[in-house]
Amino acid sequence: MTSAPGSVTIVGASLAGLNAAEALRREGFDGPVTLIGAESHPPYDRPPLSKQVLAGDWDPDRAALTDSEELASDGIEARLGVRAAGLDVATRELTLDTGETVAFDGLVIATGARCRTLGGTEGLDGVHVLRSLDDCLALRADFDATPQRVVVVGAGFIGAEVAATARGRGLEVTLVEALPTPLGRVLGDEMGQVCADVHRDHGVDLRTGVGVDGISGDGRVQQVRLSDGSVVDADVVVVGIGVIPNTEWLEGSGLEIDNGVVCDPTCLAAAGVVAAGDVARWPNELFGETMRVEHWDNAAQQGSHAARRLLDESVGPFTPVPWFWSDQYDRKIQLAGRVRPDDEVRVVNGSVDERRFAAIYGRAGRITGVLGFNRPRHVMRYRALIEQRATYEEALSANF
Amino acid sequence: MRIVVDFDLCESNAVCMQIAPDIFEVRDDDFLYILNETPGEADRARVQECVQRCPKQAISIAED
Repeated sequence: MTSAPGSVTIVGASLAGLNAAEALRREGFDGPVTLIGAESHPPYDRPPLSKQVLAGDWDPDRAALTDSEELASDGIEARLGVRAAGLDVATRELTLDTGETVAFDGLVIATGARCRTLGGTEGLDGVHVLRSLDDCLALRADFDATPQRVVVVGAGFIGAEVAATARGRGLEVTLVEALPTPLGRVLGDEMGQVCADVHRDHGVDLRTGVGVDGISGDGRVQQVRLSDGSVVDADVVVVGIGVIPNTEWLEGSGLEIDNGVVCDPTCLAAAGVVAAGDVARWPNELFGETMRVEHWDNAAQQGSHAARRLLDESVGPFTPVPWFWSDQYDRKIQLAGRVRPDDEVRVVNGSVDERRFAAIYGRAGRITGVLGFNRPRHVMRYRALIEQRATYEEALSANF
Repeated sequence: MRIVVDFDLCESNAVCMQIAPDIFEVRDDDFLYILNETPGEADRARVQECVQRCPKQAISIAED
């Protein structure tokens, strides 16, 4: 397909899918746009689910990104509560879980990812993951019942935010992390240790370097057994051990699947088919690396980019500097770039002891990332240097 | 064109500052300051990008 499509079908009605729909209209596309979403809720924002909504400070409605009225006024047909079950790129047909077959012209794949779970906990009440609004409300209801202790498995960003929110509600929290330091595999051990200290300062019982051997209870969770032989009593368990891209429905579609939908540098997966958000894997030419990014900002930007690419083949590669934020306790943690745990890291502003600082990462003479604790201004300025492919030396001598 | 920021929503992520540092600035007190509330038409595209990319949808444009 070389010309713009006559109609566009978007599979996945979260941030990437919604941004794709909005971008199509912003670009002046006036053909039919259909947004298919597995959840019955209109598109909503996920970051508040581990913070304001879970804390009980926000009604769930405040997390809404749009409503059916606004979608209708943009001429976007929303089919919610319907799951895509299969795709055939050759015949340009989509199969839905209702049994329907839908012909498409242009297609945006934005089916996101789902939480990994711990085996053997099915049917045990009080064991949660946190991804969707329904997950959030179920967990919030358990928090409302004032449990004696919450065990959070996994001290990644979701686990850390849940732990922080639970502490903010006055709950006792044990946070279990298999690595020696939280986020050590992302930030390196030095900065991972700073994250560990922040949790402990806020009264979290942080256990690092231990795995979970089992979760048990009689109908409802009662105990978590750790790999060091210890047992933690728990009324509520939250499992935050990463996500899996939702690509099973694409088996046999003709698309290449490899830890996500494989795209070209412009987010194109096949003629007239683009992918965006957590499910998309594409070569980011700015870093010379194929990546799949699970951040809010990426879902929004890639959704827009992919939609524009669908309309216009002259739209170039998608080359963002990945960036995200995580609010934990009274700290705003931001990371921009593509860092590895063995990158060189240096604090360039502020004080680690006060937990207000910016640190930059470098590898092979180039700045690869910036980490900020309550330093958004610095993060954005170093992010611009990463975008400009600045050397590590240039970044170290910059004075922001 | 007048820039309106809902400071109840703003979380000082500073995305706007990266796009338009002459208009938005997040300072070391963690608050966002609007340096120019009424930029000219030449800045409209950049301000619209700020509106669109704000993670909290805290920025809007008033026409008055």
